[in-house]
Amino acid sequence: MVDYLKLLLALGWRNLWRNRRRTFVILFAIALGVWSMVTMAAFMRGIIHQVVNDAINNLTGHIQIHAPQYRDDPVIEHSMTLPSAALQELLQKNEKIIAWSARVRVPAVIASERESSGVTLVGIDPSREKTLSFLFEATKKGRYLKDVEDKGVIIGRKLAERLQTGVGKRIVLMSQDRNNEIADRGFRIVGIFDATLESTELAYVFVGRSVVQKMLGMGQDISEIGIKTRDREVVDAVTAKLRQAAPRLDIQPWNVLQPLLQARVTINNGFTIIWFVVVFVAMGFGLVNTLLMAVFERTREFGLFQALGMRPRFILGQVMCEAFFLLLIGLAIGNLLSLLTLQIYSDGIDVSGLAKGAQMIGLSNVIPLTSQLNDVVVANALVIGLGLLASFYPAWRAARYVPVEAITRT
Amino acid sequence: MEYTVVCKQLSKLYHQGDVTIAALNKVDLQIQKGGFVCLSGPSGSGKTTLLNMIGGLDHPTSGEIHVDGKRVDQMSKADMAEMRLRQLGFVFQAYNLIPVLSAHENVEFVMQLQGMDKKTRADKARAILKEVGLEGMERRRPAELSGGQQQRVAVARAMVSGPSLILADEPTANLDSVTAEMLLQMMRRLNDVHGTTFLISTHDKLVMSYAKRLIGLHDGEIVDDERRN
Repeated sequence: MVDYLKLLLALGWRNLWRNRRRTFVILFAIALGVWSMVTMAAFMRGIIHQVVNDAINNLTGHIQIHAPQYRDDPVIEHSMTLPSAALQELLQKNEKIIAWSARVRVPAVIASERESSGVTLVGIDPSREKTLSFLFEATKKGRYLKDVEDKGVIIGRKLAERLQTGVGKRIVLMSQDRNNEIADRGFRIVGIFDATLESTELAYVFVGRSVVQKMLGMGQDISEIGIKTRDREVVDAVTAKLRQAAPRLDIQPWNVLQPLLQARVTINNGFTIIWFVVVFVAMGFGLVNTLLMAVFERTREFGLFQALGMRPRFILGQVMCEAFFLLLIGLAIGNLLSLLTLQIYSDGIDVSGLAKGAQMIGLSNVIPLTSQLNDVVVANALVIGLGLLASFYPAWRAARYVPVEAITRT
Repeated sequence: MEYTVVCKQLSKLYHQGDVTIAALNKVDLQIQKGGFVCLSGPSGSGKTTLLNMIGGLDHPTSGEIHVDGKRVDQMSKADMAEMRLRQLGFVFQAYNLIPVLSAHENVEFVMQLQGMDKKTRADKARAILKEVGLEGMERRRPAELSGGQQQRVAVARAMVSGPSLILADEPTANLDSVTAEMLLQMMRRLNDVHGTTFLISTHDKLVMSYAKRLIGLHDGEIVDDERRN
């Protein structure tokens, strides 16, 4: 049997190179298909990875804790007290949690001498926020906040442009306080941050938490606790533990807090599969056509095989071996090209030429290529599995020839 | 007397519209073991049809075919393939060899299908190629051999596993007379030395001159049967 297999493999391999040009054309098609599957999947994963990471770093975090009504109506009345000792201990000691911080977050209006704009006023604990969100690294001009009592404000670069203001200048922040009265306060701009998205630069202003609490008469109350976990995989487990520790609070993971983002991830996964199938169908037709041509050209030979006593199933096996080699070589070249592409663009693909359009769909100027082993395995398995399945038809045709008709075919 | 081939009332009918054409019409034939038999006749006389049916490549419309005492016309496809593998050798007019295999590999091919071990089949292939005068050409592929050399490889392949019957369909049709004569001398020698039965279809007088028995066919019927010493 081993000998027989060796014979089939040898015949399959040598037949592959009888019409080199045709073989190279189909190899090119398979390699291109595999390359596009793996690279496009990495590109699409990169987009999603970036969008999700941006969202997580832009204050969403992996998990958030709120008072039960806050998410439906994020006003000052729906704030909550600082976490209980038990919850604080859990947040502090759970090794899957790498950072957490309590924030005040309320809608506000910011006004300079020239312009005003609607924003979200965020009162933060600067030292905790350093490892939790983007702000520390994004503060490019001026300085970062010192502590919860810091009376300075950090605003986004785009907002500063819009307000025609800058570091060292004063602005006024207005919001609704605990008693439904307008509370306002003047702040000096101490820092300007650059975010991935202009929309973030326009939306948020940051001040020390205690300063906001005093301005709005909130006492020690807070709007939310943002939490960052080790990675996305542990989010569900950590959420469950936190819910056990604080059953009366609204504790939600990022995909619930950002349902649109979750929908985008799902749609992206769907598109990846659809892309795989479209590429494979195009490639499959090429493969079947090539093998049918090869089988048709060798009709007499298949008749000869039968005359010599070769069983039809081994003729089928021979053509399948040929298809297997084609797929295997195509896969190897395709994967190699993908690897090269991923290596060349390891720092991401620069789409700054399309910056405006990219921003509209929440993308930054550089999109990273994020290859997942899972996608590579699925692409390879799909090509080899469905490729062999598609090759079965020409192989079956070869095995079904009537010997006397095949031998006399001219 | 021992017969390799026995055909009884063998017929093969083809239908073309309302017309029925008898490629073979109730043929009775017995071929003795060790014979060197030629089927002669003009084109369309039924030579190739008879050869194909004896070789299990085609089915008769009616009648019986026995090869080495086994009923061929009632065999399953698998049994027929097994019989072709173990008991028959084929030499066709052209396209006899597998283009991607060397002369040596072509000769080994049938033995490989039979499951023979590597060393035995290599030794046998080498020996038979030497016997047909192709020593030193073992590694050449069919495209690198002349027509006569290709036919010799085909005969070597047909002979190598020791079949009881070799069916040759117009084996000299594409060869010049000198090469054809060399091939026939070789086939006769193999027939004499190994006792293998040869059944050859031809309309070449040179081939007929080598026959121990010459059967004439015309319009699907045996019209002449000449035995020679």
